[in-house]
Amino acid sequence: MAHSSGRSLAASLLLIALASVLPMVLQPYGIYLLSLWAVYTIAAIGLNLTLGFAGQMSLAHAAFVGIGAYCTALLGAHGVPFPATLLAATLLAYGVGWCVGYPALRVQGHYLAFVTLAFTTLVFLVLRNEAWLTGGIAGISNIARPRLFATPTAYLRLCLAALLAVSLAVWWLLRSPWGRAFIALRENPIRAMSLGVDVRRYTLLAFAIGAALGGIAGAFYAPLVQYIEPSPFALGFSINLLMMVVIGGAGYFLGPFLGALIAVLLPEWLRFLHDVYLAFYALAVILLLLVCPTGLLGLSERLLAQRGGRPAERADA
Amino acid sequence: MTILNGCSFDVARAAITTVIGPNGAGKSTTFKAIFGLLPLRAGCVMLDGQDVTGLTPLQLIARGLCYIPQGRNIFPELSVRENIELGGVALGRAAAMRARVDEALDRFPVLRQKAHAQASTLSGGQQKLLEISRGLIGRPRLMLIDEPSIGLSPLLVQEVFATLQDLREDGMSVLMVEQNARSALEMSDRAIVLEGGRTRLVGTARDILADPRVARLFLGAEIELDDTR
Ligand SMILES: Nc1ncnc2c1ncn2[C@@H]1O[C@H](COP(=O)(O)OP(=O)(O)OP(=O)(O)O)[C@@H](O)[C@H]1O
Ligand SMILES: [Mg+2]
Repeated sequence: MAHSSGRSLAASLLLIALASVLPMVLQPYGIYLLSLWAVYTIAAIGLNLTLGFAGQMSLAHAAFVGIGAYCTALLGAHGVPFPATLLAATLLAYGVGWCVGYPALRVQGHYLAFVTLAFTTLVFLVLRNEAWLTGGIAGISNIARPRLFATPTAYLRLCLAALLAVSLAVWWLLRSPWGRAFIALRENPIRAMSLGVDVRRYTLLAFAIGAALGGIAGAFYAPLVQYIEPSPFALGFSINLLMMVVIGGAGYFLGPFLGALIAVLLPEWLRFLHDVYLAFYALAVILLLLVCPTGLLGLSERLLAQRGGRPAERADA
Repeated sequence: MTILNGCSFDVARAAITTVIGPNGAGKSTTFKAIFGLLPLRAGCVMLDGQDVTGLTPLQLIARGLCYIPQGRNIFPELSVRENIELGGVALGRAAAMRARVDEALDRFPVLRQKAHAQASTLSGGQQKLLEISRGLIGRPRLMLIDEPSIGLSPLLVQEVFATLQDLREDGMSVLMVEQNARSALEMSDRAIVLEGGRTRLVGTARDILADPRVARLFLGAEIELDDTR
């Protein structure tokens, strides 16, 4: 299903608007979490495009975020202004994503998961071992924020503006014939071909655009945390992104917004559990997926349908 | 592997041309070759006097071709409306896509009624109409349709055939493969008999229908089949 109705766009805009006024009542840590939510959401929107809409399994997205983050940090350290580093990060991730798409022309599903997993590991090893470029395990510190957005609140607003721009662009994309082609590709590549979808081109595009969004997320992540090292971009983060997409509802426009919210908040709420927190986190996720394998939005759609109402997320003209 | 060899025919404008032939004759292969889904070793495909050999499906759709393969071609999980929209992926613009979807829904009131229902809830005949309406989004001048009657009850077959006749009235050309040879030929203008990857006979539908060899080969068997229904 397309799930990119005007209503889901309105809901996402509302969330962004809400997030932009919240800093008034939040502690600095809350502002940081909200910024993190915006960044994660952008990355998850990218994966949702690749996986949820175009049906291409990917565990490579942590690497795309890492590429974006390192590109921004390294260029920024040489005095390149933020808009230029953002552009560079986006283009670099787009190009790398296009290349990572090639295996998807040959293998699908679990095999594709393994190939993309290998890619994430490869990028992680490069980040860790090529210390002359990346700083190795010591990482890169003192990453500057753009001068106009140096305070936490201002930087949060910048992240939210980026999220807004990404949301509008992706919403437009999904409702265009291009977006429809992604859905045809996901549903049935052979049938898509007889409708004139160039399966090869759209498979590569699905990776490239998804990766570019990962790169954008990374470009905003680095100045947010101001210190990066390889470990946040390891396989675990790819799986975390996958969880955000699946829990929110893969193939739902609003899915990444909810999934990222849970990924940011749940660990905070479960903090009182100390060491066993991860076990409970895993349990919560497993339960959630047992109850609603199509994610939170799939569940809400099912409930609405049972009550006799029209599905909430239908893509009406 | 070469499947077609010595396969050559013309398709008349604003007419229905039906291809008949035994199973494995290469009928579906012919369509896939025309539509750029299979490579040609030799020979060519001409459309309105232009050589379109080797073009991609996307380019062919832009030139007014549309292809409805054999069997089920809908996306069962998607709504009826979304299915029709997918016919517009070859169009550049979203607004054009949506306007044409509405045109298609106006043409088929059954589909308009079920626009928001999941496509899998349609009957077999409605699903074929859905595939045809999706094909119409590109405003084709020539529709290639492979065995539209397969799996449909005789009544629904008539409905699908009537739709194709309507489209012919509107000036569209149809190239159709049919196993249901007698009823297909009765409403066709021209016919082609394909066997072993070769065109055996080409002529008006009436002549082919009257040809004793054809009657023995295909139509006889067809009538026996009809009796056992
Ligand atoms: N992908 C393929 N690879 C190899 N041989 C194929 C392939 N597709 C079809 N063939 C062979 O080509 C011949 C023609 O197949 P085709 O599907 O065109 O027949 P058809 O006339 O459409 O038959 P039917 O009436 O059963 O649909 C058959 O002998 C078939 O086995
Ligand atoms: Mg066939």
